[in-house]
Amino acid sequence: MDRIPILKMGPYLLVTIQVDLYDRLALNLENDLISMVSKTEAKGVLIDISAVSIVDSFMGRILGNIASMSRIMDAETVVVGMQPAVAITLVELGLTLQGVHTALNVEKGMELLQDLIGLYGGSNEDEEGEPDDRND
Amino acid sequence: MIVMTKDTMQIVREQDVVPFRNRVREFAAKIGMSLVNQTKLITAASELVRNMLKYASGGKVILEIISKSAQTGVRLTFVDEGPGISDIKQAMQDGFSTGRSLGLGLPGAKRLVNEFDIQSTPGTGTTVTIIHWKHGR
Repeated sequence: MDRIPILKMGPYLLVTIQVDLYDRLALNLENDLISMVSKTEAKGVLIDISAVSIVDSFMGRILGNIASMSRIMDAETVVVGMQPAVAITLVELGLTLQGVHTALNVEKGMELLQDLIGLYGGSNEDEEGEPDDRND
Repeated sequence: MIVMTKDTMQIVREQDVVPFRNRVREFAAKIGMSLVNQTKLITAASELVRNMLKYASGGKVILEIISKSAQTGVRLTFVDEGPGISDIKQAMQDGFSTGRSLGLGLPGAKRLVNEFDIQSTPGTGTTVTIIHWKHGR
């Protein structure tokens, strides 16, 4: 059966989607990722969709599901590398991927994941867009 | 309206979706449609073909390159012999679904393309026609 490989790197799981997903493949990925989160106690999931040219409502729902399920399993999900044409299309379609963290590329995605799971002493020093009430 | 190229594809299983999307991309690229407009058209087509598989267990799609008063575009006609839609107005509302989906398929597809038409007779089937022009308007 066709499967998309999931790589484990420290507390993270990395997935690069290199092919156009058909439904079975997407559903397999959803299942595999959730079992991997449970098995490896991963804290973060990074999904690279830079090679994906079409995200329709089904695929969008899968991404949302992965994020919600991971969160229940105590892991954060970041989707990276969305093509501009895909972003434009998603918004017009009416799909805003609520609850899914996104970043421009893998590097920024990893930074965001690190902030999200607070690896560095629990407090994020470089304030990822979160206004803080404490002023000096 | 002049039809310049025409092709028909049968869609009976989910594995037919990716080749179908690629064929739509070929048609759109052939007339020099921009990447954003190609993506919109293919995404709309993907939603509609998915509906066809889900609710009517498949059908056929007619792909055409058409020309009308100096405009060129791609027209896709989705024909199925499924149960039909009893209330089209309701089916065209965001968030309405008789299945367990997000209910974005029909209204979302309509927003993505320039022209959208749906005809349905309960018990006979549904035909959806979309046109996307080269310049996206």
